[in-house]
Amino acid sequence: MKVPLSWLREFVDMPDDLSLAEIEEAFVAVGFEVEGIEEQGSDLTGPLVVAKVLSIEQVEGQKKSIRYVGLDCGEAEIRFVICGATNFAIGDLVVASLPGAVLPGGFEIAARQTYGHTSNGMICSARELGLGEDHTGIIVLSEGAPGDDAIALLQINDAIFDVAVNPDRGYALSVRGLARELAASLQVAYLDPAQQVATDGFAINESGVQVAIDDPTGASVIWIRTLRGFNPAVPSPLWIRRRVEKCGMRSISLAVDVTNYVMLELGQPLHAFDAAKIKGSLHIRRADRENEFKTLDGQQRKLSATNLLVADDAQALALAGTMGGLDSEVTESTSSLAIEAARFDPIAIAKNSRFHRLSSEASRRFERAVDPALAAIASARATQLLIELGGASYLGSATAGAISAMSAISFDPQFASRLLGIEVPNNTVAAHLQIVGCEIAEQNSDTWLITPPTWRSDLLTPSDLVEEVGRLIGLNSIEGTLPHGRSSATLSPLQYRKRGVAQYLANLGFSEVYNYPFVNQEMVDTLGFTGARAASFKLANPMSDQAPLLRTHLLPGLLETAKRNLGRGAKECAIFEIGSVFRDVTKLAHVSPVATTARPSAETIAEIYASVPPQPLFVGSVVVGSLDRDGWWGKGRVFDWSDATHLALSIIELTGNTGVIVQSDLAPWHPGRCAEIQVAGKPVAHAGELHPRVLEALGLPPRTCAFAVILSELPVVPSKSAKPIYTMPAATQDVSLIVAGAIPAAKVEAALVAGAGALLESITLFDRYEDLGDGRVSLAFTLTFRASDRTLTADEVSGYRELAVASAAQECGAIVRA
Amino acid sequence: MSLSAQSIEDAKGLALQAIAGANSLDTLKEVKLAHVGDKSPIARANQQLGTLTPEERANFGKIIGQAKNAVTLAFEARTQILESERDARVLVEERVDVSIPARRTPKGGLHPLTILTNEICDLFLGMGYRVAEGPELEAEWLNFDALNLPADHPARTMQDTFFVEPLDSHLVLRTHTSPVQVRTMLEEKPPIYVICPGRTYRADELDATHTPVFSQVEGLVIDKGITMADLKGTLDHFARSIFGPEVKTRLRSSFFPFTEPSAEVDFFFNGRWIEWGGCGMVNPKVLVACGIDPDVYSGFAFGMGLERTLMVRHGITDMHDIVEGDQRFSQSFGTGVK
Repeated sequence: MKVPLSWLREFVDMPDDLSLAEIEEAFVAVGFEVEGIEEQGSDLTGPLVVAKVLSIEQVEGQKKSIRYVGLDCGEAEIRFVICGATNFAIGDLVVASLPGAVLPGGFEIAARQTYGHTSNGMICSARELGLGEDHTGIIVLSEGAPGDDAIALLQINDAIFDVAVNPDRGYALSVRGLARELAASLQVAYLDPAQQVATDGFAINESGVQVAIDDPTGASVIWIRTLRGFNPAVPSPLWIRRRVEKCGMRSISLAVDVTNYVMLELGQPLHAFDAAKIKGSLHIRRADRENEFKTLDGQQRKLSATNLLVADDAQALALAGTMGGLDSEVTESTSSLAIEAARFDPIAIAKNSRFHRLSSEASRRFERAVDPALAAIASARATQLLIELGGASYLGSATAGAISAMSAISFDPQFASRLLGIEVPNNTVAAHLQIVGCEIAEQNSDTWLITPPTWRSDLLTPSDLVEEVGRLIGLNSIEGTLPHGRSSATLSPLQYRKRGVAQYLANLGFSEVYNYPFVNQEMVDTLGFTGARAASFKLANPMSDQAPLLRTHLLPGLLETAKRNLGRGAKECAIFEIGSVFRDVTKLAHVSPVATTARPSAETIAEIYASVPPQPLFVGSVVVGSLDRDGWWGKGRVFDWSDATHLALSIIELTGNTGVIVQSDLAPWHPGRCAEIQVAGKPVAHAGELHPRVLEALGLPPRTCAFAVILSELPVVPSKSAKPIYTMPAATQDVSLIVAGAIPAAKVEAALVAGAGALLESITLFDRYEDLGDGRVSLAFTLTFRASDRTLTADEVSGYRELAVASAAQECGAIVRA
Repeated sequence: MSLSAQSIEDAKGLALQAIAGANSLDTLKEVKLAHVGDKSPIARANQQLGTLTPEERANFGKIIGQAKNAVTLAFEARTQILESERDARVLVEERVDVSIPARRTPKGGLHPLTILTNEICDLFLGMGYRVAEGPELEAEWLNFDALNLPADHPARTMQDTFFVEPLDSHLVLRTHTSPVQVRTMLEEKPPIYVICPGRTYRADELDATHTPVFSQVEGLVIDKGITMADLKGTLDHFARSIFGPEVKTRLRSSFFPFTEPSAEVDFFFNGRWIEWGGCGMVNPKVLVACGIDPDVYSGFAFGMGLERTLMVRHGITDMHDIVEGDQRFSQSFGTGVK
């Protein structure tokens, strides 16, 4: 809410020498953030005067309209200026800056030669004076006399505070509310503007427009005040116009400006109807009998039957609390007015506003709850102003509904100390609650009955009251203390695992990335995902139609990110991500609305938990080019499918698990270069080179590799007992075998291990040779044996070697290479 | 040859002279053969001792022993000198330019969000907090209802929250990590001390300071006698450990449905107040919804955006750098080793 300091000063008895920073601090201290302070007039110096237009001469031969204007500036001589604007006529009062004046932006006014004339000053627009963005024409005044100081007349020198108002504090969307807060913070006297309004002069009678609340869920109280004899030609006086503008609204006409002025001052949105256009009485009801309605912005709007309306006996007149209708709008010929002031239900107005995507000054206030006591007061204030300024006369008032009583809160004053953690004496608690407007009835020393004021419908519980006490004491006066948990806390196995894997890959030269988990169907199709990886959740309201699905895998994001890196000139790219994926769309279970007034039953909690699909945690990586670089030492080694497999396996082994590699052909990997890794018979990882078609489609270099491991699928291995470290000498044996090309090396290795016996310490494939010409491959292994208690003899280990070879021969048809 | 003291003395003299004159290890090797080894005059003299009378044997044995000793010492000393001379020469020849850059593998890096998250978790682990995590696609009831955000609350519109189809699945991409707090309160009995880091979602367009996918860390404490002073002290400690011991914090009264009283926490950094996050005393309505008796227990909660924390601490001016996955960005942060 934008609020000028001059307006606040009317109701806050603050010292004149208070700096803007001190006022800002005072707002912040009680919980009102100041988003900006605009010091109007601070960069403007006069002379700035009211001038009357005496003559207008068109300068010929120019592309745009240029006028040579004679002005009466209250001086002996007529002053002539050049002006490009056309929105004024002879006899109008305008604002002229005279030579010597400095306008905002350091614009110095001087007499100058232009368009063949001497221009002795400038006629100003609102923007040139720093009064707003309006630059459609120059300011035309409705009051003042030639030579008057326009700085004073336009009330230019002012500071405008832009104060952020939290959604629970609707009362503070007004000068009344902010003045109360400022006075409380500064601990100075406050004058309630609502209490300055006399309402008793406007009796309820049958003469004006009558009103009924047909739907009591839509409004609790409404007042209608009818005026006649209003002169629509009377312009708004400058003091109203300037204040409305300083608060960021546009001046429209006297009738509209008055309703806005009163809304800004008191916080009660008002609507002015042309009373002549109302047929019969006004009704607050739902839109249960019409489908469409034209609002005053000219838009034809489709209505929902739950929309709240203000209607007459014949038709809808306004979207209640949101926007008036075009047909009953106040116009240049309106002479009788019906001023509506209601306390609409906040939720009803919020729904009106959201349904029509229409947020107005009125709806913003109604949504945040308006003081129900204001309807009578604000409508009376507007009536007074329209009589005073617009020549109208009072016809009558009607009202329906009533101000609902505020419920009293049973409150232990020491609860404030207990919750805030500082000692707050009871009299301080009482004083602060009274400042915000609460009434206190003391039952006994530890039970008070607190009745909040009508404008604080947000005060419902003892905690709400403590918040009021806390913010007025100043939350920063609380001395901090540091509580400690009592249990010994550690990371969970999965949390350790995430850290360990990330650290491992980063140490190896990989860069971690965080991708958005949004993908599109085209990517899913390109990667050839099927089954669970093709069944994704669709967002009902995606950021972009380009990516409406939730990822089922980390690869789509990683591949796009790899491409982005290459596009920015990277020669190689090694990236990884650790993140959740979203699968298992079939598990959606409907959970009926569950109350929050007590803990749900165990069955209900289980049902809610079950409605959330499992979201496995993956680590995924894409590598382009070499991880081992070229340099002065020679060529680097290109990262290939075997590196990807090795890394996936290493990650599994980091967690203490043992992985078994199985040949696979899962998309989007190369069907001949894809390893599936199983733990306890379950696939937990895939690794290898990506499918050349996929790489081509994505514009990535050939031989790009990738791996993905489901971290959350890996069992947590209990800590193992240590193996003894044997110190007797080791004996090695090499075997060179020939097997059919289709036999996986892992299977041959497993057969050797199975046959070699308990003393085999390790086995390494040190050579692989394919070019035998008959589709068979040669595999050469080193077997290392060690006994715990003796040095092994050559005969003994060659015996084990023979057993290993026999096992490989039996399992894999291996023969020893001659 | 007959033994004489003079001949032994002569042999010793010749040996010492040869040793001293040897200028290379090769020459010294020849000298060794001639003057120190088994066939050297002194060694041969020694072999003749057996032919002597016991008196002569004692006499010559002493003389020969002294001569042999002197020659051996001289030989060893010369060997040492010549070996060090050779070493010095060879090692100089083998000298390389060790300043040649030899970065054979690229420098990897953790995303700074990971580094910051780890830092924060470790800080709170030390204070006895558990690290609690939960699903990103979450039940509406846990993300909203249980937190006193009823069905008609403005935050629950599609302008702010990502919903998945069909809408009656009642699943949303969590808008904060607070549903993890709710799960914790449903699953555990107080005292509860948890820190909840994780990815969160709001329907904001990506620009220099906003991203629809961001990271939060939230803290929750539920125990007997927990006060706003405890909240203030915890936030002070948190801020100092993240931004340095000099940093100041302030609380500004604010509004959140799930806390009462509520406040925004700001910190003073590089000469200005910066909004850090929201906090407050857990609203009794939330405790009730989770089955915790608000007459026995009270608690506080706080939540901060990690991207913002990162941007302020490291002077990152554009959110794009955090979300785009340019490997140079993560590389520049290393792995968080101190």
